[in-house]
Amino acid sequence: MLAKRIIPCLDVRDGKVVKSVRFLDTKDVGDAIELARRYNDDGADELVFLDINASFEQRRTVVEFAARVAEQLFIPFTVGGGISTADLAGELLRAGADKVAVNSAAVRDPSLIAQVAGRYGSQACVLSIDATRSATGFEVVIDGGRVPTGRDVVAWAIEAVGLGAGELLVNSIDRDGTKLGFDLELTSAVAAAVSVPVIASGGAASAADFVRLFRETNADAGLAASIFHYGELSVGDVKEALAASGVAVRPRERVLA
Amino acid sequence: MIAIVDYGVGNLASVQKALSAVGAEAELVRNPAKLADAAALVLPGVGNFGHCSREFHRFGFAPAVRDARDRGIPILGICVGMQLLFDGSEEDAGEPGLGFYRGTVARLTGVPRVPQIGWNSVTKSGDHPWLRDVADGDYFYFVHSYVPLSTGDVALGTVEYGGPRLAIVGSDRLLGVQFHPEKSGANGLRLLGAFARAA
Repeated sequence: MLAKRIIPCLDVRDGKVVKSVRFLDTKDVGDAIELARRYNDDGADELVFLDINASFEQRRTVVEFAARVAEQLFIPFTVGGGISTADLAGELLRAGADKVAVNSAAVRDPSLIAQVAGRYGSQACVLSIDATRSATGFEVVIDGGRVPTGRDVVAWAIEAVGLGAGELLVNSIDRDGTKLGFDLELTSAVAAAVSVPVIASGGAASAADFVRLFRETNADAGLAASIFHYGELSVGDVKEALAASGVAVRPRERVLA
Repeated sequence: MIAIVDYGVGNLASVQKALSAVGAEAELVRNPAKLADAAALVLPGVGNFGHCSREFHRFGFAPAVRDARDRGIPILGICVGMQLLFDGSEEDAGEPGLGFYRGTVARLTGVPRVPQIGWNSVTKSGDHPWLRDVADGDYFYFVHSYVPLSTGDVALGTVEYGGPRLAIVGSDRLLGVQFHPEKSGANGLRLLGAFARAA
């Protein structure tokens, strides 16, 4: 049976992992590679790296970073942040990333999704959506949570899957860093509307939050950053709680004698 | 030397690094003539079957891989590389596979999510020397929208995803896996290690 995935997210700036609360106020929490190894050993099913202030000048740094991570890791990893062209997506995939996550640039020019999926396959093309609650539902916000677009999240999710996005990473800005738990309504609305896997993100503070996510929504994966960074909770703790409540998870790896 | 058949598709560096991690020497090979020197072949592939098959044939790899098969060189097909071992795929009916195994590759249906992305536990239904360190129920990482229809005696493992789906197929000196061993942590490295020792 397909296991629900637990995905630590590392927000990266200049090769350092940083933490954000509602996308503001960042501070270094350690070297990305070291954390990646720890998560790998702890049973993370996958890793996501988001370059939170990626700019054109820094793209070399991002590609080199992806290559360094690829050398250390034998589990899948996704790189996102500032990916505005299919060429840069291709560079990251060649450097060893398994998937790239596009966000703001895809909202500005949706054909980016079709280009990335067309060249590298839908399985390599993740659409990351930053969402906030609005009067009528959920609204897409871009540029690191700064620019509201007026677009409906569910409509955008459906359009993006039609263009070739193979997976959706749905991040609640309202919950980001708040420890109030995942936005279950947001996750359910998107997961019910599309046929590709949905990763929920934003607000997780405890193993119980993951249990609620998988019991109450059709999410395929749960992503969290700060609780794992600071060791408040381990991936192993989350999986133990999930297994105890009957959710299929991948057990910690068997070590051969 | 293990040759990773490089027809321009897929994340071949990951396969190379994983083989290197289990102590094997692996090279990306673009020239079909060089397969004659290889002690073993990895046939990778990702994305669209038609695109993979077209490029594979355009590079001229088919005769060299058939020749390696005839000489009993160990061959491991991964993901679309596993699907290429079959006659063809409904993803692109005009593009032939290698036809080492009978049957075609069909789209995953009757499941809520396509592609299947994530870790699934493999039920072993047969044995193979390169699977000796794989235990029944071990988890591997899958990313695919198509899967070969089960082919009786060469099926060695399945996963449950809207019904049993073929995950491992194999016979003497040949193995195909729908999952990505290079992305399946220690379980995947153990499988690659057993394959590399056969080279």
